[in-house]
Amino acid sequence: MRTEDLIRAIAADAATPPKRLAPAVWIALAVSAVAAWIAAWGMLPPRPEVDPSFAAVRFPMKFVVTCAFGAAAAALAMRLARPGAALAPARVALFGAIAVLAAAMLVEMYVTPSGLWRERVMGINWLVCLVHVPLFSAAPLAAILLAMRRGAPGSPAGLGAAAGLLAGAIGATAYAAFCPNDSPLFVGVWYTLAVCLVTVVGAAVGARLLRW
Amino acid sequence: MKEREADWSDWMASALAGDAAAYRRLLSALAPFVRSVVRNRAASYGLASADVEDVVQETLLAIHLKRGTWDERQPVGPWVAAIARNKLIDALRRKGRRVHVPVEDFAEVLPAEAGDDDGLRPGEAEKLISVLKGRQHEVVKSISVDGADIGETAEKLSMSEGAVRVALHRGLAALSQAYRSFRE
Repeated sequence: MRTEDLIRAIAADAATPPKRLAPAVWIALAVSAVAAWIAAWGMLPPRPEVDPSFAAVRFPMKFVVTCAFGAAAAALAMRLARPGAALAPARVALFGAIAVLAAAMLVEMYVTPSGLWRERVMGINWLVCLVHVPLFSAAPLAAILLAMRRGAPGSPAGLGAAAGLLAGAIGATAYAAFCPNDSPLFVGVWYTLAVCLVTVVGAAVGARLLRW
Repeated sequence: MKEREADWSDWMASALAGDAAAYRRLLSALAPFVRSVVRNRAASYGLASADVEDVVQETLLAIHLKRGTWDERQPVGPWVAAIARNKLIDALRRKGRRVHVPVEDFAEVLPAEAGDDDGLRPGEAEKLISVLKGRQHEVVKSISVDGADIGETAEKLSMSEGAVRVALHRGLAALSQAYRSFRE
């Protein structure tokens, strides 16, 4: 088959609607948010009332951190899925999210006597966090990876990792609403570990699923 | 360069809206561009010139199947060059070479040379169309090699136009898949 013959055949297929990436990802994100929220609401008891003397800033800060990572991961994933897209802005966003978390942890260490650091890190039950964040991220990861199959990544594992980070951030956001630990030191250690777990799973699955 | 990019973006937008004529103009303009991008790199990685045309065809199929990843705010040239780069790497992997093709090599977008549009008869692609079976094979062959349109093909094969369209689309996806399976 000569190339011009192939071109004729491809052009004749113009009427088949293209599988657009962006709308699929938006739908996946909506599904993810609902799925993570339902999972968290169904599996965890409501958290104790937010104590304004301790958590007035710390509680909302959890969402600032998870949402910053989520936004950065979404930007990164979209750019990794699109051939030729510039990655620099997404990298800046990711460094921004890391900086927000690091700053919150440093401020927490500054305002907390060092004797209390260990207690703040360990929280009430870190194992609950390590189990539930990946659990709440599972459906989002599946939805996002499925949408990303429409992408054309140079590195399927890289896109899978970004999808995992995004799913992890969504799961962590849902978990944060029910998690009784509000210290940035707890978030910085256990949330990070749990989200990293989801990221690794995303990379491993993506390496197979996102080849094209 | 700027004019070319403006043309390509216009044609791409029309093609995405289902305009087959604009799509054909676009692909005909992209083929020599893809060829020059691939050829420019292929020699230094020891890819034979017959294989270059395979990569060109694989890239055109990928452009088609992945055209939903193009963002209208994004220029067409770098998008196409990145797809060509991916397909070149795939082709080299099939040949058992572990390679790293630096992105920068493709950042410099080359002008498409006239006289390059010879549409060589490639090696694997020759066999490729034979991986298609039954209706898909007949439909793809009728439209590509024989140059019939959808309506003529439908009449010739006593199929509905809708069935021809479906067979064509699945046939193109199967061709792309056949390239991929060489990788395993």
